[in-house]
Amino acid sequence: MKEQQDKSTVFKVNRRDFLKTGTLGMTGLMLGVQFSCSDKSKLLTGNPDVVFTPNIFISISGSGDVTLIAHRSEMGTGIRTSLPLILADELEADWKRVKIEQAVGDSKYGDQNTDGSYSVRMFYEPMRRMGATVRLMLEQAAAREWGVDVSECKAKNHEVVHTSGKAFGFGYLAEKAVDLPVPEEGSLTLKTPEDFNYITKKTSIYDLQDIATGSAVFGMDYDLPGAKVAVMSRNPEAGPGIRSFDGEVALQVPGVLQVFTLDNPGFPTTHDKALGGVVVVADSTWAALQGKKALRIQWESGINADYDSESFQQDMLSRARKPGKVRREQGNVTEAMSRAVKTVEGEYLVPHLAHAPMETPCAQALVTDNVCEVWAPVQDPQWTRRAVAAALGFDEDSVKVNVTLLGGAFGRKSKPDFAVEAALISRQSGFPVKLLWTREDDIQHDFLHFLSAQYLKVGIDENNRVNAWLHRTVFPPIGGTSNLSEKEPSGFEVSMGHVDNPFDIPNMSCETQEAPAKVRIGWLRSVANIHHGFAVGCTLDEVAEARGVDPAQNLIELLGADRKIDFGALTADFWNYNEKIEEFPWDTARFRNVIEVVRDKSGWGKSMPKGSGMGIAAHRSFLTYVACVVEVTVDDKGQIRIPMVHYAVDCGVPVNPERIKSQFEGGAAFAASLALKSRISVKGGKVEQDNFDGYQVARITDAPYDTLVHIVESSEKPTGVGEPPVPPFIPALCNAIYAATGKRIRQLPISLG
Amino acid sequence: MATYQLIVNNQAVEVDAQPDTPLLWVLRDNLQMTGTKYGCGKALCGACTVHLDGSPVRSCSTPISTVGDKKITTIEGYSEPVVHRVQEAWIAEDVPQCGYCQSGQIMSAIALLEQNPSPTDDDIDQAMAGNICRCGTYVRIRRAIKRAAKGGNQ
Repeated sequence: MKEQQDKSTVFKVNRRDFLKTGTLGMTGLMLGVQFSCSDKSKLLTGNPDVVFTPNIFISISGSGDVTLIAHRSEMGTGIRTSLPLILADELEADWKRVKIEQAVGDSKYGDQNTDGSYSVRMFYEPMRRMGATVRLMLEQAAAREWGVDVSECKAKNHEVVHTSGKAFGFGYLAEKAVDLPVPEEGSLTLKTPEDFNYITKKTSIYDLQDIATGSAVFGMDYDLPGAKVAVMSRNPEAGPGIRSFDGEVALQVPGVLQVFTLDNPGFPTTHDKALGGVVVVADSTWAALQGKKALRIQWESGINADYDSESFQQDMLSRARKPGKVRREQGNVTEAMSRAVKTVEGEYLVPHLAHAPMETPCAQALVTDNVCEVWAPVQDPQWTRRAVAAALGFDEDSVKVNVTLLGGAFGRKSKPDFAVEAALISRQSGFPVKLLWTREDDIQHDFLHFLSAQYLKVGIDENNRVNAWLHRTVFPPIGGTSNLSEKEPSGFEVSMGHVDNPFDIPNMSCETQEAPAKVRIGWLRSVANIHHGFAVGCTLDEVAEARGVDPAQNLIELLGADRKIDFGALTADFWNYNEKIEEFPWDTARFRNVIEVVRDKSGWGKSMPKGSGMGIAAHRSFLTYVACVVEVTVDDKGQIRIPMVHYAVDCGVPVNPERIKSQFEGGAAFAASLALKSRISVKGGKVEQDNFDGYQVARITDAPYDTLVHIVESSEKPTGVGEPPVPPFIPALCNAIYAATGKRIRQLPISLG
Repeated sequence: MATYQLIVNNQAVEVDAQPDTPLLWVLRDNLQMTGTKYGCGKALCGACTVHLDGSPVRSCSTPISTVGDKKITTIEGYSEPVVHRVQEAWIAEDVPQCGYCQSGQIMSAIALLEQNPSPTDDDIDQAMAGNICRCGTYVRIRRAIKRAAKGGNQ
């Protein structure tokens, strides 16, 4: 699960590692890059054999090429562009002269766990300081060459310019800066926002051209010489092993080279162990797949062989109707509810969900003697390195993890189990291997999103004020996949839309009940915010109706006076996404603002034709404030279309607005899948769906026709945008459906039949 | 194992493969053309879309023995002007997020525009509904197709 993060790690490491090296290693890359200039006062390039590497993220060659390290994984958020862009901006590098190299998994880079929408939040400041440090060194080098004071020298667009107008290029200065000491942090001056070249401006992703021409390298695309293809058959029930198997027929398939088994982990499986099963290694993918089909396997049954998700969820719901463990309490809900003149009551069900990234889990590995190298689309290359090393019994130093592009991930590829499998298969087979998970493998053996049952009851008093809020949530915690004794949601899970309820309601009780994990449970894009956002957002719409107040106005009224909420004083379970509440407060003014912005921009309240409607919801997750208005049409047959979505987002400084917009457009489509299409059911311990026919996701006809994203201008610390679009979309859609049809939605996926 | 003479992106190539091998795996394993992606293996997601004589097919479900002398075009085969136009539109609209499904999306879009130079929204829905994008780039896919239809201007 998520690691504790230390924001200062990277910078400290870098200061220690602030090496000044002149190397000859990159000569081949540098040749051919010559910039001529008729103005002799400008020396742009220097010795092309010199590479100035002032820290592990930045190097500058004598020819002026700047190479920046992307240390976090690219799964579609644009982070491989956005963090180097921050470096380039402070460095005053010309983005067109920047090359990006993907880092291997190594703790020297600081946190690489690309998960939890915190890459920009955690690295905005360190990247700026690193860029500014190197900028200052280049200015100092120029000042020394000219014999002037550094205050007269200013880096600008790949050059350092003197007040007299003369200039040196970064390439020329690379060699001159090599022997300079690293400036103290206190001597740095960060750029002011009006001087930003790239931050808050539009920049396309670095890999755009390669993706559009089919040359981008994803997990199975890396060309590992001599690699054989491996596929596996795994127990449909997560954890148990093999009773018996016969691989003889599989071995007769032309091209099949080997059939063998991998050990099973039992249950709980943990999040990083291989599931075990039968491996087929072959010359080609097709031979491997035919071999897999020919396997005859009797699987062992384990402790979850009788797991039936539908009846389990009904059982969870019956527990949600009863008082549970109180996770947040204020006032006296029971007493206040008895005084209520109106109540709103609802039960909410969300099924298990699969991640289903378009690229299935896959990994390539080569194990020789006591060394292992992996190439894989992983979100957390350091965890991958640890898990592979542990599985092989190697030192971490003997494992190298190269990160390819990720063909989508959504949390699935945080878990390194598939890379562990590839490494074990390479060792056992003696071959370099490419391990492919088929789509069937992916959907049947995912780390599923928790299924959930919730009960909410709200009391409205004689003054038409909401005076009581009861919210019970029941779902198997992620921790149960590693530890059977964890049966009730942990603090971080209830802090995703349950106990962190910001509405100013005097009497409140947030409760949970036990529900053990019966399958592998993992985090899916926006995690517990999915089901909590759904239930809370829909309930608030019902409250608005019961109060006879416009739903947008209702949200603002319930929020109360602008304030920063000290949740730590309200509940011991509060978790602020690993950040101190003083640094990232829960600011109801920012929340109110996004509600008002989306209300005003969306034309909220306009009259809609019959069969159409608008819905609103707002949700803060991952420290980002989001409000959403969805427009919907529902035809006579119950066919739902979404012509327009409006989002208002406050994510602090909008570092890369173009990618913020794309994350919200995509987040709406992702949420549309969860709301309209997707459902995993488990029977007899086995997932019943196995491909995109049974497990449906939004297509172009289901997704919103258009999504407009209104970004709030802000100088607050930047926060993430990968996950925050998902939670408010679902209730906004459900509320729109109610406006269009008069039907309340209390279960996903939505069925109007 | 049988030998097949194929025309891939206007080049003649020879491959040895089992007759039931899907074209997808011939492209990826035999020819190391990795621009075409595996997504589902059952013609449900469109990630593997290529053209046979200009018509879009799901290469994951097209046995190599059925290809015959039809011309195969993949994302790597950008020789036709329409292909350039679509790729340029994809770049101009910043369509991709993770990018994995985009080869298939682009191949479906090219086929649509070759057959129908000015598609309506319904035409786009019909032609593109077989291609899943889990990142949800659909709004921009539609915009890029319209841009390409207008010759790249919008």
